[in-house]
Amino acid sequence: MLEAKTKLSIRHAWKRYGTVTALADATLELREGEFLTLLGPSGSGKTTLLMMVAGLVAPTAGEIWIDGKLATYAPPNKRDIGIVFQNYALFPHLTVHENIAFPLQMRRVAPAEIADQVRRALEIVQLPHVADRLPRELSGGQQQRIALARCMVYGPSIILMDEPLGALDRQLRDQMQLEIKNLHARLGITVLYVTHDQEEAMAMSNRICLMNHGRIEQIGTPQELYFRPRNVFVARFLGESNIIDATVEEAGRIMRLAGPDGIQISAVADVEISRGEAVKLVLRPERVRLMNSGESADNSAVGVLKEMVFVGGITRYFVTLPGGAVLSAKHLSHHAHFGLHPGNALRLGWGAADGLVLRQSGHE
Amino acid sequence: MSTVGAAAIRPPLSQSPFLRAWPIYPLLLFIIALFIIPVAQILFLSAFDAAGHLSTENYARIAKTPVYLQTLIITFKIAGWTTLFAILAGYPVAYFLASSPRRLRDILTLLVLMPFWTSFLVRTFAWMILLGRNGAVNRLLTALGIIDAPLSLIFNFTGVMIGMVHAMMPLAILAMLSVMQNIDMTLVKAARTLGARGGQSFWRIYFRLSLPGLAAAGLLVFITALGFFITPALLGGRRETMLAQVIISVIQEVLNWRFAGALSVVLLAASAVVFYVYDRLLGMSTLAGSDDAIGTFGGGRGVVARVSASIGARVIATLGWLTDQAGELWERLFPVRADRPTRSLGSGMLWTFVILIIAFLCAPSLFVIPVSFTAGTFIQFPPQGFSLRWYEAYLTSPGWVDATIRSFIVAFATAMLSTALGTAAAFVLVRQRIFARMAILALILAPLVLPRLIFAVALFYVYARVGLVGTILGLVLGHTILAVPYVVITVMAVLRTYDERLDQAAWSLGASRLRTLYHITLPQIRGGVVAGFLFAFITSFDDLTVALFVTGGSTATLPRQMWNDLLLQVNPTLAAVSSFILVFVTVFVVIAELLRRRSVAKSG
Repeated sequence: MLEAKTKLSIRHAWKRYGTVTALADATLELREGEFLTLLGPSGSGKTTLLMMVAGLVAPTAGEIWIDGKLATYAPPNKRDIGIVFQNYALFPHLTVHENIAFPLQMRRVAPAEIADQVRRALEIVQLPHVADRLPRELSGGQQQRIALARCMVYGPSIILMDEPLGALDRQLRDQMQLEIKNLHARLGITVLYVTHDQEEAMAMSNRICLMNHGRIEQIGTPQELYFRPRNVFVARFLGESNIIDATVEEAGRIMRLAGPDGIQISAVADVEISRGEAVKLVLRPERVRLMNSGESADNSAVGVLKEMVFVGGITRYFVTLPGGAVLSAKHLSHHAHFGLHPGNALRLGWGAADGLVLRQSGHE
Repeated sequence: MSTVGAAAIRPPLSQSPFLRAWPIYPLLLFIIALFIIPVAQILFLSAFDAAGHLSTENYARIAKTPVYLQTLIITFKIAGWTTLFAILAGYPVAYFLASSPRRLRDILTLLVLMPFWTSFLVRTFAWMILLGRNGAVNRLLTALGIIDAPLSLIFNFTGVMIGMVHAMMPLAILAMLSVMQNIDMTLVKAARTLGARGGQSFWRIYFRLSLPGLAAAGLLVFITALGFFITPALLGGRRETMLAQVIISVIQEVLNWRFAGALSVVLLAASAVVFYVYDRLLGMSTLAGSDDAIGTFGGGRGVVARVSASIGARVIATLGWLTDQAGELWERLFPVRADRPTRSLGSGMLWTFVILIIAFLCAPSLFVIPVSFTAGTFIQFPPQGFSLRWYEAYLTSPGWVDATIRSFIVAFATAMLSTALGTAAAFVLVRQRIFARMAILALILAPLVLPRLIFAVALFYVYARVGLVGTILGLVLGHTILAVPYVVITVMAVLRTYDERLDQAAWSLGASRLRTLYHITLPQIRGGVVAGFLFAFITSFDDLTVALFVTGGSTATLPRQMWNDLLLQVNPTLAAVSSFILVFVTVFVVIAELLRRRSVAKSG
């Protein structure tokens, strides 16, 4: 495949409000046709970054390039972008048609062509019959689609979406996720998306940029972030994990670690780590097996079942190890396990390749 | 909502909704007896001649005498210009307040509101000090060499305009602010990202959405200005005589009730016409500034409305275009660069303008303070030397001291009565489903809308019959009518944010209704009730209109005494009195406002 064109390039962008740093040294590239999500807890700087791209927040330092042009301090109307706001920001005094026509009017497009393009935009979002209604006469999902149509009608280089599904209920959100994803695939648009919902991010994105405390923690595909988190924060934020403090006893391709209470753990080394170094072992609960008496594994630990939570398709097990640490395991529910009760002794096991060893150093 | 749960927990009292609404009845009876009946009576009288026969005599006289028609034209002219200036100057201020962070907005709103509550007479008196031939403004301009001879700024149209715009602008700003605060600023941002330049996004989106506030401000200011008499009487000349002044002279000089009634009807009819035109053009729903109004605004009924809406849309488009042309020209001279931040010229200009307007609103009244310490024998600015002689004159004059004490007594009694009646009514209005709720609320708030003068004349007429003229009781009753709407509004606002489940919790824990009210509800809404009390106190303390008719020479209140002196002989004692009122009222209002905010915020 040819190297796709770079649509957005953010270089060493900073934003400070007085002594508060809202965004620190953010560098990010967005390729044509890509769907990149800025993910992070509230206050992580993801919205600041988005607003900076939109030209609604001026960076304290750094550069922003949109479609090969420098746009760091360009006014929002001179950047080739479109935004879908969280509350849609449809103009309440204009009809749906007028709302979608607005960006075209601002670009002095001829009236006949405006009518044509608005009609096409409405067809794309499958709402051709609402053109003459006012926004408040539409349902939440319809407003969402109109906001999308208004944003796509003038073919901006990048479409920015600021938690666009935040106001919808669960079911509608799932449906809209699919629709946006389909539109993205069908029209080949470039999207910079903001959300705090990790599942939404994983379901929709080509790549995720995970942020925390104004910093970018990791950028990568959803799989990379899930299976190869760069630090404990990433591991904790995406999915569930057991984080075990350990010390390296023997380096090598398969290293030996000393866990709490002297548990011996073997793990595959990804990074160069030397003997004696303190590390954290990330172990996803679904990789931890409940073992029958005859089974064996690279690593095993005996503990007492503390609690068992049945949530339908899966069941979570919390097992207290002799030293007091609690390890969680997650499995597809199985009736064979209904006989288990808190207090039962259990043997847990996992493979050497199931755990991921992280250096202790580096921020959380 | 939780009405089902409430009914289940609430101890059974009375099942009949009519009986259950009993706390509102005293207030309703009070308003009917002292407001509705007297006003109806005086208006009714206008249709009779001196012999008691039905006749159009009074109206014929108005129509035939050119002076009255002229007065009506002048009244409309003054009200119209006042509205225009108050809105033009107030709009940027309201915009600035709406887009400021909360804390700054709260402080600035209080500053904007201050002149609204400082005594009318004190303010007008301050303008007399400032604008006179030897006033501060003329002295300053002469000293700076800008003018050679003093400008005539007072006793003419200019003086009236300055005084009235000053008085009305806070109202205009508040009315516009209430709409602007509900405009979602992301809409403007959205317009920008969709390709609109600053001008287009302001005019087509923000300004368009703020129009209901602008229209409401215009209506409120115009209607209020129609009933003015203090400002034109003290700052205007003979040619600025307004209708209300004529009504006063008809009563005070010739005591012709029927003719005064007819003039009142004319004043009311003028207001009604304005309301009607407003409704035809814009629809009344815009007054409420509700979300609904945004869509229907300009889309009112009939051809007139549609034509005006289409003209309006063109005007807005043109304004947007013009602004953008100017902006493009500016950018050609000073291009926007993508590699460095652009300093915004607009925001600096807005800041300066807002500070100037707020200074215009707040500063004038403060001039009475230095003047009151003059050692000279007449009012001048800057004052001559320093002495307390005028405070001594104030405090040793039996007339002034009596008036002050009387004002305090009347204000206190009014506040007590209004708070009792108003709080009880507010409970019913917020918590019960009562018959014709909106109509009842409109009835209670009517004294705010009706020109105060008409009410005062009507009350005088009734009092003259029952011997209440010149009594403190009569004054308290009259003031309560004027003050009670403020109590109802403030207490209702607090009650709306009060979580009724707290009461239900108290009942479920075994408290009786009364004990719940005493231990749970009242402590939490105390701020709102106290604020209502203070607003009622100030309303009474500051009232001149009712006092003008209901009090006599020996029973004058402070404003009445001031009015007499202002008309006859302006001396520094007035400055001392004004300073006292200014400081007292300011402290009072600030406390009331802070209490109100804290209490609404706490339970909200």
